[in-house]
Amino acid sequence: MTERRPVLAVIGAGPAGLAAALAAASRGVRVVLVDSAPSVGGQFYRQPVPGPGARRSQMLAHQRRTWDRLRAGLDVHLTAGRVTHLSDRHVWCVERESGRFVVHALLGPAQEESAAVRADAVLLATGGYEKVLPFPGWTLPGVVTAGGAQALSKGGLSLPGRVAVVAGSGPLLLPVATGLAAAGTRVVALIETAAPAAFARQARTWATTPVKLAEGAVHAARLLRRRTSVMSRHMVVEAHGEDRVESVTVTAVGADGRPAPGSERRIVCDLLAVGHGLLPHTDLAEGLGCRLDGASVRVDDEQRTDVPGVWAAGEATGIGGADLSLAEGHIAGRSAAARLTGTAPDPRGWARAARTRTRLRTFFAALESAYGEPPARWPEQVTDDTVVCRCEEVTAGAVREAVAELGAGDLRTVKLLTRAGMGWCQGRVCEPGVAGVAGCALAPARRLLARPVPLGVLAAPADPTPPQ
Amino acid sequence: MDPVKPARTHPGTPFTVTFDGREIQALPGQSIAAALWSSGVTAWRTTRGAGRLRGAFCGIGVCFDCLVTVDGRPNQRACLVPAVPGADVRTQSGTGHDD
Amino acid sequence: MVVGAGTVGAACALYAARAGLEVILVDRGPVAGGTTGAGEGNLLVSDKEPGPELRLALLSLRLWQELARDGLARAFEYEAKGGLVVASTPDALASLTDLAAGQRAAGVDAVPVDAHELRDLEPHLAAGLAGGMLYPQDAQVMPALAAAHLVRASGARLETGRTVTRILRGPDGAVRGVRTDRGDLRAPAVVNAAGTWGGDVAALAGVALPVLPRRGFVLVTEPLPPRVRHKVYAADYVADVASDSAALQTSPVVEGTAAGPVLVGASRERVGFDRSFSLPAVRALAAGATRLFPFLEHVRAMRAYAGFRPYMPDHLPAVGPDPRVPGLFHACGHEGAGIGLATGTGLLIAQCLAGGSPELDLSPLRPDRFDDPGHPDRHTEEAAPWIR
Repeated sequence: MTERRPVLAVIGAGPAGLAAALAAASRGVRVVLVDSAPSVGGQFYRQPVPGPGARRSQMLAHQRRTWDRLRAGLDVHLTAGRVTHLSDRHVWCVERESGRFVVHALLGPAQEESAAVRADAVLLATGGYEKVLPFPGWTLPGVVTAGGAQALSKGGLSLPGRVAVVAGSGPLLLPVATGLAAAGTRVVALIETAAPAAFARQARTWATTPVKLAEGAVHAARLLRRRTSVMSRHMVVEAHGEDRVESVTVTAVGADGRPAPGSERRIVCDLLAVGHGLLPHTDLAEGLGCRLDGASVRVDDEQRTDVPGVWAAGEATGIGGADLSLAEGHIAGRSAAARLTGTAPDPRGWARAARTRTRLRTFFAALESAYGEPPARWPEQVTDDTVVCRCEEVTAGAVREAVAELGAGDLRTVKLLTRAGMGWCQGRVCEPGVAGVAGCALAPARRLLARPVPLGVLAAPADPTPPQ
Repeated sequence: MDPVKPARTHPGTPFTVTFDGREIQALPGQSIAAALWSSGVTAWRTTRGAGRLRGAFCGIGVCFDCLVTVDGRPNQRACLVPAVPGADVRTQSGTGHDD
Repeated sequence: MVVGAGTVGAACALYAARAGLEVILVDRGPVAGGTTGAGEGNLLVSDKEPGPELRLALLSLRLWQELARDGLARAFEYEAKGGLVVASTPDALASLTDLAAGQRAAGVDAVPVDAHELRDLEPHLAAGLAGGMLYPQDAQVMPALAAAHLVRASGARLETGRTVTRILRGPDGAVRGVRTDRGDLRAPAVVNAAGTWGGDVAALAGVALPVLPRRGFVLVTEPLPPRVRHKVYAADYVADVASDSAALQTSPVVEGTAAGPVLVGASRERVGFDRSFSLPAVRALAAGATRLFPFLEHVRAMRAYAGFRPYMPDHLPAVGPDPRVPGLFHACGHEGAGIGLATGTGLLIAQCLAGGSPELDLSPLRPDRFDDPGHPDRHTEEAAPWIR
């Protein structure tokens, strides 16, 4: 009998999860890499579906090199049996069970059966999802999130002849615009709410991270070549159309955060990609009882949460992009491996990753302040008849009435009195918008089930199998 | 994102799925949402309240706006379910369940 | 002055205002922020054995019906859907039949349903059940909307986001108002409608009121077309409600909602204010629900959430004046029945406040009953099961 290697379940196979899996597997730990996609990479390294026309690899050179290395490292561990990759697993709950953990996941796109994996520790690399603030017309078909446009274009979307507008705020907009162009659309405008001064500050911050600067420059140059009109300190105030988006109204943002009078213009388009930054996926962490810092999972220097045996890395612990996720994942994986094998974690061993982490966290904090919050007055643009909760079709007027007339005072009571956030998505999409319209703090609901689970699955406890 | 070295990839063999009985073309690895959009279909559901049209929105399985009936199973996320040859994709209305 | 803007506090405010009193409603959170927001909105007579709680339930039901008739039915999604209690075995059916006989004598409509008639009432019900009992009086409201609309109808001055830190008392010991984190509020009478936290409010006045939390999980499914018509539950639910065990108990209570989702409720555990997720509790709920309605196996649960029912050792609420503190009234400890019992509680409190005599005998619900050395629950939480 050989001694049983401790098992670490890594949930999420994006940059953080991959880096963590490699770091832990190299240090005496069996890793079970659980991920919802058919293949590893997460949203960031998602491999484009081969398609007709202008389908191309969407990675920059340095990203391609990193990805090749990760992929090769993973293959070695997979072959050696140190890492087991469980694809198409949608984790709905991580259960603590007498000092160990059971990871419950629904199988495949159908998500009708569940399988369970037992592990000695878990590492949450669950990533993030996009924040979109509502505006009149945002529910029209043809309006998608910026990340959604990117995911669709990587997922084999082909849109020759379409006319797109990319709008919102944040560093994702540039790559999304170029990605859409690669899918064959004509991107006529990129509309950024942040001010030119913010870009200048950001450029200075970028000077400390030349790769980032290069990335931005490449994207920007590419867009300019495509004669995309880039407008800063502008916003989309309305999308128009009957059965789908046909045009958008864009205005300049005045000094008071309101649309500048007389600055309105219509832009004809049949695709609007819009996003206002990312939010961390924290459902599994909350189900485990991990403490949050604001919207992100709280971790220490070793990327440990406050629940023993639970680590977290990547966007779940704060939005910061792929390179930061790689550094955090590496540290988390090494810390988990050391603690699971009974050796003292040695931070000197991951000093380089820790320096990268510090530098990038500083960078993203600067980026956050550069892009900043959306204009303070944005909720004024949300008319009473605008649907803010897409699932339950709750209007801004109903939210305002709940606050003004019915005594709602926080997101939870707004939800109870209006149903905003009670639908399929459980408020993930509408919470920022509803909070803004209601004028209350963004306090995400606790989502104890991280995904919808058939009652038949809940009723029949799965028998956790050790990975083999 | 923009490639520094543009590398053309090679599409797999196209196949057909049906959307409300009409044949549309899809590629291996394409999600149902991507296949529908590529065929010019941007909406495949009506809401249960106001009966408004909806299609893809978040593209990564979070928003549940892209719910669709696939091979008789309602409320599948078109952005997550891969298109497979012969799949029977149908628009759905309301809760997606009969009655 | 009513402390607590849940459904019970809202009903107290409404009936006090209707009695001609000026009402201030204060809550540390928003309206419906506590147990009201975690409840299913049951207005039940079916789960109550004959006794003071059933009398309160029947009064409350009549008042809810009046409010619904007065035009609030739509506002708080009032549905007189009726309850269907099913028995899986002949033994359970016999107990149910006995219970119903007693309930009938107390004024409850209870209609026996043969096994072969069950599916006429609920077409999707499982096969092989022994029989059931239909309770046409059982009804449902959306609890948060009910609280909000009762507050609105009361015209009470609403002071939300204000935490009561002390009950102010005069030299004679009588109540003079409350101190809050944002200043004093004066009133000659204070009603403790703080639900699960009612014991804390009583303590601010220097008196003991043993209100304890009993955790419950509720599962909410994806929206469905109407498939479950009544509030349907298994006969063992009544035994669970009355149980004194701290251990997990789950008997399925399944019902449709106006909005589409099916609610599956009724796990009961005494674990203090522990909000953490309990997969075993939720699994047991799902198993019970799918046993009653097999079609639910393929229906997805979108959400699970926890709430805390305020229970007292003898499973009866505290309603009425506190003889230990002149001017202090209690209206809390309704366990899982607070929505259903809210209107009656509010009316009785208003009748006390107005100086009249309440239309029900409040002595079994007296707030100081646990001070009585002769009270069976004085020294132990193991209440005799016959006391309901």
